[in-house]
Amino acid sequence: MGRYILGRLGGLLIAFLLVSIITFLLMHAVPGGPFDELKQPLPPEAKANILRKYGLDRPIWEQYLRYMWGAIHLDFGIPFQSPTETVTELIARVWPPTLQLATVVILLSYSLGMFFGIIAAIKQNSWIDHAVTAMATLGFAIPNFVVGIWLILIFSVTLHWLPTGGWGQPENYIMPVLVYSAAPMAMVARYTRVNMLESLRADYVRTARAKGLTERTVIFRHILKNALIPLVTVLGPQIPNIATGSIFIEATFRIPGLGRYFVTSTYNRDYPMIMATMLLAAFLWGITYLISDILYTVIDPRVRLTGRGNP
Amino acid sequence: MTTPMLPRLLTHIPQKRTLWRDAARSFLKNRLATAGLVVVAIFIIMAVFADVLAPTPYYRSVLNDNLQYPSARHLMGTDQVGRDLLSRIIYGTRTSLVVGFAVQAIAFAIGLPLGALAGLRSGWVDFIITRLLEVMTAFPGFLFAIFLMSILGSGLGNVILAIGVTSWIEVCRLTRGQSLALREREFVVAARSYGADDWRIVFRQLLPHALPPLVIMLALGIPSAIFAEAGLSFLGVGINDPIPSWGKMVSESLGYIRVYWYLGLFPTLAIALAMLSFNFLGDGLRDALDPTMYNV
Repeated sequence: MGRYILGRLGGLLIAFLLVSIITFLLMHAVPGGPFDELKQPLPPEAKANILRKYGLDRPIWEQYLRYMWGAIHLDFGIPFQSPTETVTELIARVWPPTLQLATVVILLSYSLGMFFGIIAAIKQNSWIDHAVTAMATLGFAIPNFVVGIWLILIFSVTLHWLPTGGWGQPENYIMPVLVYSAAPMAMVARYTRVNMLESLRADYVRTARAKGLTERTVIFRHILKNALIPLVTVLGPQIPNIATGSIFIEATFRIPGLGRYFVTSTYNRDYPMIMATMLLAAFLWGITYLISDILYTVIDPRVRLTGRGNP
Repeated sequence: MTTPMLPRLLTHIPQKRTLWRDAARSFLKNRLATAGLVVVAIFIIMAVFADVLAPTPYYRSVLNDNLQYPSARHLMGTDQVGRDLLSRIIYGTRTSLVVGFAVQAIAFAIGLPLGALAGLRSGWVDFIITRLLEVMTAFPGFLFAIFLMSILGSGLGNVILAIGVTSWIEVCRLTRGQSLALREREFVVAARSYGADDWRIVFRQLLPHALPPLVIMLALGIPSAIFAEAGLSFLGVGINDPIPSWGKMVSESLGYIRVYWYLGLFPTLAIALAMLSFNFLGDGLRDALDPTMYNV
């Protein structure tokens, strides 16, 4: 177990370093930058001064090492788009809206998704099952900003019930949460349904029924427990996607969150902010991957990570 | 009793059964998939004959006619600079499909050779390619595409490049798996024994065998590329004006949507219809070609 985790950590660290190197190199490989002559004509002395101040006149490997040394100490530099604060402060300021939204979305979509998946599996081939499958297909195929526009057209433009966007009021949550939950909920429902259907046909379920257990006990104690275990590996890695990836939702509903600032930082070629967001996303991805793998072995004693002892 | 059987047996000559013919039959039985195919065909016709079908050129703007509600003259209304929305949606089909197909061309051009190489050669080649796959998976996919667009600058070619560079991973992984499985099969070993080189094995053995899953991957890859283009353009890092893009039309509509609802409605309908039809087509192909696959 310990060796496995160390090995995985090593692999993640290498992947993480490569992500940082590739991002860093790509950003510096292209001519043009935040201090382009076109945008701000500067005397050469002033430009050299600025470049020196931000360390942009050093060789590339030195810039990278300096940057990573700072990043380890949570110092990601100063964002070009708002030079009065540090990148860490900017992220601390703009991440909360994204996180608040993500928390609501994860709770709602995972619980509702499991609920619908279970119902669909128990009542297989009923209208509920078909409705869940249809919803899941739609939730997957249609981009969330498209659904967002439709909700705005219905609830804001036609019915005048909700504001078209903005942040800070409780009613600002309703449409973003609805839109943002659709895809994860669809995915959870589909996986739950398939896993449930598999366990429904398992031998131990037949045994449980033969013992004369009530349907409720069979479903909750025997089927659900086994059907939900594989979900851990599917759901875990989704969390960082949801926590960092609400870019479309934030653009559609004008939410001042991390995704929105990531997009503005690409307009402005704000290297420190871009770099920090990419590292943050890769870091979260790696950690949740590792945690969900470990969690899997804790929940399901049949799974052994090293494979020693069993075939 | 037996005599009427004989002529029937003689006259009824069964058609030759092949994987593809069987697949075509079961595909056509699937109503959603057939509907998807028809809509996709309509989109392709719209894209190819946009010059004939569109009422006006996509770039023609009549400033006096801006923000006109849908009417007999402009079936879907006009946008903020007086361009006919229907024409822009028809031409937008072309943009979406060009991106969809071109991205898949890039994805297969990179993914197929790399995957085959990794699977057939193994050893250090496989090691390096597998690490590359791992790193590319660690990159937060869409963030990376946005990031690439910020480096490359907006425009049709760069959109194709940015999405293509992020979407060959799945093709590579699939091809690698298929060639790994195939490498030890008798007919491949036999081919090797009479001196077939890697390329011959790829074209004569691997491709015919791996074709069904690759076709499915292609069919489902096109809508995800269309989605990515609409997404990048929606965020403002995609296609440049005046080339019409559904995603960009949606994002431009946001400022006008309270009053000019049709500006948001029609482009989103186009995106949804394209996504659904391509996905139904792909799902239908998957069910038809691989009956053992779980319909997850």
